[in-house]
Amino acid sequence: MLAIIRTAIASLRRDKASLALSFVLPIAFFGIFAMIFGNQRDTVPRVNVIVVDQDQSTASRSLVRALLGESALHAYTHPDAKPNQPTPPDYTAATAQAAVKAGDVSVALIIPQGWGANPVAFGPDHEAVKIGMLNDPSDPIAPQVVTGMLQKDAMTALPATMANEGFKYEKQYFGDLTPQQQKRWHSYLDQLNQIESDRAAGKTTADDTGNSDGFSSGGFVPVQKQAVAGQTQNKPIISYYAAAIGVMFLLFTASGAAGSLLDEADSGTLDRVLSSRVGMTTLLAGKLGFNMLLAFAQLTLMFLFAWAVFHVDLWGHIPGFVVMGICTAFAVASFGVLLASICKTRGQLGALSTLLILVMSSIGGSMFPRYLMSDALQKAGQFTLNSWAIDGFTKVFWRDQPITALWPQIAVLVAVGAVLFALARRIARRWEFA
Amino acid sequence: MSATAAPIAVTTLPLAIGGLVKRFGSLTAVDGVSLTLAPGECLGLLGPNGAGKSTLIRAIVGRVIPNSGTVSIFGAPAGSAAASAALGWVPQELAIYPRLTCAENLAAFARYHGLSSRELKPQIAWCLQWAALEDRAKTIAGTLSGGMKRRLNMAAGMIHKPRVLLMDEPTVGVDPQSRNRIFEMIEAIRDQGTSIIYTTHYMEEAERLCDRIAIVDHGRIIAEGAHAELVRNSFGSRSQVIARVTGSPAAIESWTARHNGRANDGAVEFTIDQPTEISLLLADAASSGIELADLALRRPNLESVFLYLTGRELRD
Repeated sequence: MLAIIRTAIASLRRDKASLALSFVLPIAFFGIFAMIFGNQRDTVPRVNVIVVDQDQSTASRSLVRALLGESALHAYTHPDAKPNQPTPPDYTAATAQAAVKAGDVSVALIIPQGWGANPVAFGPDHEAVKIGMLNDPSDPIAPQVVTGMLQKDAMTALPATMANEGFKYEKQYFGDLTPQQQKRWHSYLDQLNQIESDRAAGKTTADDTGNSDGFSSGGFVPVQKQAVAGQTQNKPIISYYAAAIGVMFLLFTASGAAGSLLDEADSGTLDRVLSSRVGMTTLLAGKLGFNMLLAFAQLTLMFLFAWAVFHVDLWGHIPGFVVMGICTAFAVASFGVLLASICKTRGQLGALSTLLILVMSSIGGSMFPRYLMSDALQKAGQFTLNSWAIDGFTKVFWRDQPITALWPQIAVLVAVGAVLFALARRIARRWEFA
Repeated sequence: MSATAAPIAVTTLPLAIGGLVKRFGSLTAVDGVSLTLAPGECLGLLGPNGAGKSTLIRAIVGRVIPNSGTVSIFGAPAGSAAASAALGWVPQELAIYPRLTCAENLAAFARYHGLSSRELKPQIAWCLQWAALEDRAKTIAGTLSGGMKRRLNMAAGMIHKPRVLLMDEPTVGVDPQSRNRIFEMIEAIRDQGTSIIYTTHYMEEAERLCDRIAIVDHGRIIAEGAHAELVRNSFGSRSQVIARVTGSPAAIESWTARHNGRANDGAVEFTIDQPTEISLLLADAASSGIELADLALRRPNLESVFLYLTGRELRD
């Protein structure tokens, strides 16, 4: 038995790259997952939310101000300034809806006209004007976070309004206060009114540094939720995961298939092929073409399964699916060919491809949605094929966007595929001649 | 890719190598080799493992870029489309697709060489028949016996009807029966006029198949000629006496040295000019207390030539 162990160790030692990767792989994964989940307490992903104030009342301005200052949210009232538009106009209900539909933000809050007159709802018979919440159901977390923050901010930003509304309800259900009680109540209400108007004007008050004790939250601000994307989908997350899981396995398949290059180099078949009229460029292009076909077939099967079992609307999105499928297949096929040309043995290819694919998949959104990750990881995810492919498929199947809207994803996937293939061709020169 | 090769002048030699040198770092694998191959000739490259035979073959097919020297195939440089069309290569490794059937393997290599769909079927049929694999056309290559895989490996080298076939130790690891079948295949194409370069370290194969033999050692050709010519050049009309004897080792060693013999594989070999010298050898053995167990007289072979030229066994 010792002899067998010795032989196995000696073989592993000869393949230094595999040896290194077999130790690097688990450490790399541990690091990545620790980054994603371990730091959640410090770097909770902030939800992007557009706020449209149609009311322009003291109460609505206070609320907007509070939402803009909310640490758990990235609230915007207008798009970011651009060189050609240094002071962009505020969002309207229509532009906010378009932004949610396009996936720029997950939630938009529309504070309608008249909301400030009666902002709090206590009873079931209440007919107050409700804040509109437009949301993208592909992100089920964001609306809940925004709803909670809205309640909290309403409580802390509108103390006088809250108290006044509460007083009205108290009078309605318990009767009038004594004159002395009313005097004390109005004195306190004056203080709260001062705080509220200061906040609407953007002034910092002494109370802002304290907590919100005394104002319990819990749905006092009525919100009307409305999904503005994926209305035709009955299983919002299915089309997301069909693309997400599909891309991850495409990468594995492409790397494995491209590994035939290494087998052929080992067996001498590659030499024999290259001694015929087939040159290295033709050979690699052939491998790329095969990998693309395989990847596209795999994606097709995945979406057919999603259609048959989960009723994803494949037939209504064929052009977008074909375009995204071809671009994704091209990029992953090039990735596989590049890995095969870099590695010297199947062992190296297995370890390196596992490392890269799992890292790309974890930060690129194939394992869990990117909106659950911190801002830094979401940005890092943009350097993966997974995120571009998933974004493209999401645009097609979830947001019902036209093919023209896919141009960033198409451009990136095709460009990355071309660069990876060119690199693979360059590295494959080692097989050409001795 | 076009199936038509550039025209090759028929008057040009199938293969001409001039001053070929190939170094790998500090190792000189091929050291100034010059060779020609005549139309329809079978040239054997005989040498021990590591002599540089395979590197020479790979330089001919354009898979090795030489440091200096030239290789031309019917006048076309190695690695050119014309040279690739004229050359067939049977590598030492089993360079076939193990998961494809025999017919699929042949079709793949035919297409790589640019054969048209029209040519494909008859050429595959010919190759299968040549390799005696007609009944295995649909058998997965990986499931064939070792000998059959070797024959398929050879057939893949002949699929595009090359005029020059390079065979790099095609009988490695093959049983005697399959080896004979392979010899018959080579003899068949040789008789049809295909020029062949055949590398081996088995002198029997070189003797049987090759019109001319180049003995390769340390990347150089140390002797070249027909079998009889090589023997004559090294030994003239001399013969070899192989004696198996018993007696004291010291006496045997002394007796061997006195007659310029050498111990080999439990026997003692002597080179003699005349058969009458045998009686002198035997008389000296008897007087030294050495008993004769067995005695044979033979003409020197290529093994003897290699030993004579290098001082080493061919299989060292």
